[in-house]
Amino acid sequence: MDSALIPKGVERCSLKRFLLGQAIVGAVVLWGVYAMILCWMKGLNQTNMNDSFGFALWIWADLAVIAVGGGAFFTGLLRYVIGLKDLKNIINYAVLIGVCCYGSALLILAIDIGQPLRGWFIFWHANVHSMLTEVAFCLSLYMAVLIIEYIPLLLENRQVDKIPFFHNLSHNMHVVMAVFAATGAFLSCFHQGSLGGVSGVLFGRPFAFREGIFIWPWTFFLFTWSAAACGPCFTILVTKITEKITNKKLVKDNVIDLLAKISGWMICSYIIAKTIDTLYWAFVTAPHAGFNVMDFYDDNFWAHGIWILIMEIVICGYIPAIILLREKTRQNQKLLWTAAILATIGICLNRWVLVMQPMSMPVMTFDEWVLYLPSWQEIATTILPIAGGIMVIAFSYRYLPIFPQEQELNPVED
Amino acid sequence: MKKEHDKVNKKYGMVVDLDKCTGCGSCMVACMSENNVPFKEDESNKLDSITWMRVYKVSNKKPYPNNEVFYIPRPCQHCGGQHEGHSPCVSVCPATATDYDYTTGIVSQVYTRCFGCRYCMAACPYHARYFNWWDPVWPDGMEKYLSPNVSPRMRGIVEKCSFCFHRYQVAMEEVYGSDDKEALEEGDYQTACTQACPAGAITFGDLNDETHAVHKLKDDKNAFRLLERLGTNTKIYYISEREWVRRAGDNYNPGEKTGSVKYKTEGH
Amino acid sequence: MFPFSFEWIWDVGHVVFHGGMWYALSIIGAGMTYCVLKAAIDTKNGKGGGDHH
Repeated sequence: MDSALIPKGVERCSLKRFLLGQAIVGAVVLWGVYAMILCWMKGLNQTNMNDSFGFALWIWADLAVIAVGGGAFFTGLLRYVIGLKDLKNIINYAVLIGVCCYGSALLILAIDIGQPLRGWFIFWHANVHSMLTEVAFCLSLYMAVLIIEYIPLLLENRQVDKIPFFHNLSHNMHVVMAVFAATGAFLSCFHQGSLGGVSGVLFGRPFAFREGIFIWPWTFFLFTWSAAACGPCFTILVTKITEKITNKKLVKDNVIDLLAKISGWMICSYIIAKTIDTLYWAFVTAPHAGFNVMDFYDDNFWAHGIWILIMEIVICGYIPAIILLREKTRQNQKLLWTAAILATIGICLNRWVLVMQPMSMPVMTFDEWVLYLPSWQEIATTILPIAGGIMVIAFSYRYLPIFPQEQELNPVED
Repeated sequence: MKKEHDKVNKKYGMVVDLDKCTGCGSCMVACMSENNVPFKEDESNKLDSITWMRVYKVSNKKPYPNNEVFYIPRPCQHCGGQHEGHSPCVSVCPATATDYDYTTGIVSQVYTRCFGCRYCMAACPYHARYFNWWDPVWPDGMEKYLSPNVSPRMRGIVEKCSFCFHRYQVAMEEVYGSDDKEALEEGDYQTACTQACPAGAITFGDLNDETHAVHKLKDDKNAFRLLERLGTNTKIYYISEREWVRRAGDNYNPGEKTGSVKYKTEGH
Repeated sequence: MFPFSFEWIWDVGHVVFHGGMWYALSIIGAGMTYCVLKAAIDTKNGKGGGDHH
């Protein structure tokens, strides 16, 4: 029924099956929307946040989706600015994943603030010394860049492309895309970094605080580096999942391999820097504030134990780096999957730790650890944009030429 | 260009004698009443109830008969930061909704500007900042007893101790006609908690003014500040003759003497 | 955000921050304006009649 909208030369499932799938995911979206409305109408008492846990699941979700969405800016940088032509076969998808991730972050932020109608104050009354201000500005601007990068794809839909103006617009946007991509990379370096700065500048919170250069704590640089390192892994992971779901090969192995190799080098250099940072923090920064590093992990083992640090750095850092650096292991599909999953978990854990641990640990000697479990409203509103993202990806895959190699890899007998 | 905060200004602060504090909670009650602090029907969950002034009970955790406790009132510490004005919370607020007043050293909260991101709460190690998780609701008739000088706060924003700033404004209005517009006597401006303390444990005044009691008290050999080594540079001083009480004010590495580690801050 | 909002200060921080922001905004704005205008002119000149590049 909708065959006129589907790109030429590719095969898609029946409209009925597509709509059924969308309806199932749509039900999850509706659940999230209900929770979102509850939060907006009744206030943040709908959450399990409290005066100790002012930052909680939502802030983590923001940091995590932006980190994994880093694949968009880094792939864009490699493709348009550095000029790795092979990556043109995955850049569309990286951009699409980026749109979903950044859209999620903005939506969650809009729910997270106590007075959503005053959200614009962050722009209007901007305190330029606050990391969060930098995040808000760069995030919004970069979202605009991502939309600009996504628009040509929308315009390439078979029916839209027939309209001469849209065809020309899409063509012109492709021509100047390098400028947009470079601007996007510039903005991303700052907002990824500022997100790291959000916790790094908290000199009242010894777990989070880091020294640095000028106004930037080390976490500023580590966040940008880790997003550029692990973002492409998430892009690979989502591509692989999409291939599994569609039961088709969508991107050639050499493209994935190139991205995986770059990601491997990036993760390797990042995890070494992260290790140095951790050692300095444990043996210099923490004692300077009067803490033994184990004070940061004491108490409830499963909630705040030292395993988190080992998991983040060794299991989800060094292991994927080693897998991706060696050609032989990188080209083994099972190991590639493992590396992509571990790297994604690793970066999410890093963000988790830097949001949750500083909130839960006592700083005053007579204070106590606080345990936080999110309410269903927080969970639903966190799942909401993920489900929304799945719908956008499914829609885009069906109607837009996202994967330039799909036709060649899956010839249709007509 | 000479900035306003380069000149010698007032620096309001507090000195609390912990050996006098009995933990009665009068300061907390006075504060809530003076500042129209909202409360809930069930205040048992201290993690989401608002107490600008909170009294902690701290034990030395030794078994009887060596067990000892002390009570420590904890208002907002009005941090000055490593360079005056760089308080943990003021420096991070994205909407300039919390402000450091260089003329008094008071950290204020602009309720109509705050949009509730709670970054300041994440930045404050003293848990001195509170979020309005609910709309403020007072029992029938109680609205009549609200302080007319303090605006109640709406749901979704952060609030905290203001050193009863409205009292400062009233006091300044009083002296406005006099020759010296800055001349405030010690008694002209006092916080509600200071006046309510039956034990006289709290002393409040201008730390920079030699005629004010706090100026001398802050230099007492037993005076200390909370988490001094983090560089928050607070304006609340505590005094205790008991060493373990002073040691509870900060985190120490093994082998470090109580009070031995101070963070060097500009102008202090 | 603008010099007429009362917390605006003419210091290095403000100049660098807002300079960066307006720089990025200008590039995005100018880039999109160029694309849209050129597309309109191209369309007027009869380009893009269903041919694929």
